[in-house]
This record gives sequence, structure tokens and C-alpha cells, in this order.
Amino acid sequence: MSQKLTFAVGLRGGIPIALGYLSVSFAFGMSAVSKGFPLWAPAVISLTSFTGTGQFVGIDLISASAGFLELAFTLLIINLRYLLMSLSLSQRLDPSIGFLKRMAIAFGNTDEIYAVAMQQEGALNFRYLLGLILSSYAGWVGGTLIGSLASNLLPPAICSALGIAVYAMFIAIIVPPARKYKPVMRIIAIAVFLSCIFYWVPPFNRLSSGWVIIICGVISSAYGAYYFPLKEEQLEGGADHDN
Amino acid sequence: MTTNVLIAAICIMALVTYLPRVVPLVLFRKKIQNSFLRSFLLYMPYGILAAMIFPAIFFSTDSLISAIAGAVVSLLLAWNRRGLLTVAVGGTLTVYIVQWILTLCA
Repeated sequence: MSQKLTFAVGLRGGIPIALGYLSVSFAFGMSAVSKGFPLWAPAVISLTSFTGTGQFVGIDLISASAGFLELAFTLLIINLRYLLMSLSLSQRLDPSIGFLKRMAIAFGNTDEIYAVAMQQEGALNFRYLLGLILSSYAGWVGGTLIGSLASNLLPPAICSALGIAVYAMFIAIIVPPARKYKPVMRIIAIAVFLSCIFYWVPPFNRLSSGWVIIICGVISSAYGAYYFPLKEEQLEGGADHDN
Repeated sequence: MTTNVLIAAICIMALVTYLPRVVPLVLFRKKIQNSFLRSFLLYMPYGILAAMIFPAIFFSTDSLISAIAGAVVSLLLAWNRRGLLTVAVGGTLTVYIVQWILTLCA
């Protein structure tokens, strides 16, 4: 599966992300309005932040009248994982991409866009990433708008079912490479094991989800890098889907 | 909440989301040569995504049973190398159907 990474390929690649986003951002819009936010606020938050967990936690804190410092610090911890993702994405960018374009790419480096981009083979160019970001962004902001305007548009059963969409997409991203490369399978197993401990076992389960993701990501990939260091080309686009 | 406080809060949210995303992308422009570090960064998405999926996926719908069913179907589809959209729709449909069956039984 080696195709040229054009703007159109990027736009198309963003469609499944946008669909996954619709449900999440829809829920975000609904929940913000039900917490007493004015109608314009959730859409503006989605336009300016473009992140999942951080936005949900953000509106929780704001509606609980948290101070600005607490808001900033909590979100910074949740968003720390982006440091790692941007660092790892930076390694895959075409080196000729300039400062301003990097600043634009950085804005769109969400979990899902990062994951899909990292699946591609070879260096990532600006056109492709722009397409990927734009269609995903449209889904994110559009879903927020619909969610806040029409809180009862979708029947609850469908809303509940859509809750799994983003996770299913993540599964589609990590499973094919895990089947192909044993080290990836081991890394996933370690990360899942740690993540479950941080979810259920006290006192670890008191840690906020931002830290948990960082710790699981760092330990599992450090294990992988130590025991299974990669040669030049391996894994730079490991997932090949049938469709 | 007043409009001014809300606008300030929204600006803070945008800033602390953008900062960790932009700093590494504009600062680290050279290829990392160290093979441990390179592997570490290339393995990172799998560790992060795995930790984000499990166990959160089991609590992503209205009932544990429908979420487990959705997770199993998604895993099977992904194992057979179906695309992102197919897996997402397959998982969602499974949850919807299982919940529908559950309400019939209840």
C-alpha cells in the first residue's frame, strides 16, 4: 500500500476520524450546554482547543468555578502526552517543511490525526497533513455545533453506541502492526497491563488520566526500544489494511 | 460565569493545549540518530493508544456487556486487517444491536 500523499488522500484519510469525532464532539456540545455554557462557547472551545479529554475536563473545571491556575495546570498535565506525540511526529516530517507550516501542523496534532499520520509510509508532507487535519477538524467543530444546538437530535441508544467508535478506530490502528511485529504486540500488552493497574488498583488509581497515559506510553515504548531497537525503515508505516 | 471570565478560560485552554503540541515540532527539526530514542518515539503511538483504549473502552457505552461485545468485534475486524471506518462502524453497530437485544430481554 504505497500511495502518493496528496491533499485529497489526506482529506479522505480524515473521514473516519471525523466520523469518530462527530459522536464525541456532539456529546461535548450537549454536555457544555447542559452545564450552563452559552450556545457559542462549546463551538469556540472546539475551534480553539481541538482536543478531546482536555475539553471535557476544561468545561467541568470552569463550571465548578475553578481558578485559572488550576485550569491551566490540570490541562497541561492532561496534554503533556502531546509533547511526546509532537516529538515523534517531528521525526517523520519532511525536513523541508518550514516554521509556519509546522505551527499549523502542531495545532492539528490530535491523538487520532497523529495515529493515522504515523501509519503512512515515508516522510510526511504538508499537503497530506493539511487535508487530514481539515476534514477531522470539520467533524470536530461540526459535531460540537450540532450537539449544542440540538441536544436531543440523536436517540440516546445511538449516542451510547457511538461512544465506542473512537476506541474501535484506535483498535484498527494498533492491531494490524501488532499482528505483523511481535515487539509491537509486547508493547501493547505492557501498556494495557499498566493502564489496568492504574485504573483499578489503589493507590495508583488516584492518578489523573493524563499522567497514566504518559507513564504507560513511556514504560512500554522504552521496554520496546531497549529490547527491540528498530532498524532504519521498519515500522515507518507498518499497518496495511485490506480496504 | 461572566462572559469575560469564560473568554479568558477559553484562551487558557487553547494555550495549554497548543504549547505542548507546538514546542517539539518547531524545536526538534533534525532526525534523531540514536537508535534507542528513534525506536522509543516510533513505538510510542502503540503504547499510548493501547493505554487509552484499555480499560476505558469497556465503560464507553451504556452497559458493560454491549461494550465488551463491541470491543471483541472491533478486535476481530482489526485482526483481519479491516480499515478504520469498517472497524469503527462494526464496533458501533454491534453495541447498538446488543443494547437493543438487552432492552428486549429486560
